[in-house]
Amino acid sequence: MNKKEVIVLQDLLGTNKKIAAEIRGELERRGILAVNLLSSPGAGKTALLEQIAMRLKTRAKMAVIEGDIETELDAERIRAKGVPAWQITTGGACHLEAKMIAKVLPGVDPDIDFLFIENVGNLVCPASYELGEHLRCVLLSTPEGDDKPKKYPKAFTTSDLLVLTKADLLPHLPFDVEKAKTEALELNPKLKIFVTSAVTGQGLDELLDYFWAMHQELQSSHA
Amino acid sequence: MHELSIVSSLFGTLLEKAREHNAGKITLVKLKVGKLSGVVPELLESAFDMYKKETIAENARLEIEEIPLKIRCRACGTETEITTYTFFCGSCKSPDLEILQGTELFLEKIELEIDEPSSP
Repeated sequence: MNKKEVIVLQDLLGTNKKIAAEIRGELERRGILAVNLLSSPGAGKTALLEQIAMRLKTRAKMAVIEGDIETELDAERIRAKGVPAWQITTGGACHLEAKMIAKVLPGVDPDIDFLFIENVGNLVCPASYELGEHLRCVLLSTPEGDDKPKKYPKAFTTSDLLVLTKADLLPHLPFDVEKAKTEALELNPKLKIFVTSAVTGQGLDELLDYFWAMHQELQSSHA
Repeated sequence: MHELSIVSSLFGTLLEKAREHNAGKITLVKLKVGKLSGVVPELLESAFDMYKKETIAENARLEIEEIPLKIRCRACGTETEITTYTFFCGSCKSPDLEILQGTELFLEKIELEIDEPSSP
């Protein structure tokens, strides 16, 4: 019997990263900007997407991939706004992985401008998995509390945007917007922050303008 | 709790490497886990213990080296170890940083027992 040491040096998330890179490349060839939405359950990802769907439909085509442990409910809400939606039910898994997106992608209309991916509601695990997105967007709803960035650092350090949601509830809550912003920027000084409400529409036009500018940039760099 | 899916893909690699080297047993698995890798070493251990049953890694020891989070400031060049998740240079407070280590999650090495080839 011989003993043998084998140096492997293999990234444990390497397979996921490779598939994510292929997805990103494919989307870029089609001129599609992909946004991965992350948050705890109930932070308002679907409500934000409903608002985006209503505001975007006059100027762009979009599609949505919904991730949940069970049910088609979120995809149905998006379809009700006239936007094609695919539901991935993970059957228990706490996050989406790139291979799940790769399975759905062939069915998605290649002529869309934006692909929004709503991750499973969870502020921890989805942060470790790239899905081929161009922008990662973390949502933090005001009822959750302004201390969440420091408590769940990875979701905030790996995101490009922070969308504070349910700003209409601020008068009723002890949520300190400046504290949340400062602490999020300490984790990630490059984070773009938007304060929004799906009820009053606050901040949504600014957010859409940002997505639109990023889409133009993507198209001009892959023209 | 995505440690289970990470360990499941780890086992894919382990079994493949064992086959490549005609190994009958895996005796050691060494991982490097950065502080900002997003996984919890204790949960990796539990998941590993679950997965290894009735495999050639059944008696393998899992060794996890935790890697601290270190950054280098692009403005003044100072290297700082970050313990509080405050991403500013420890010296000049610039936010323009490069992460040197601490995000990694990889299989560094394994130790195998190779069955003697039958003599010709």
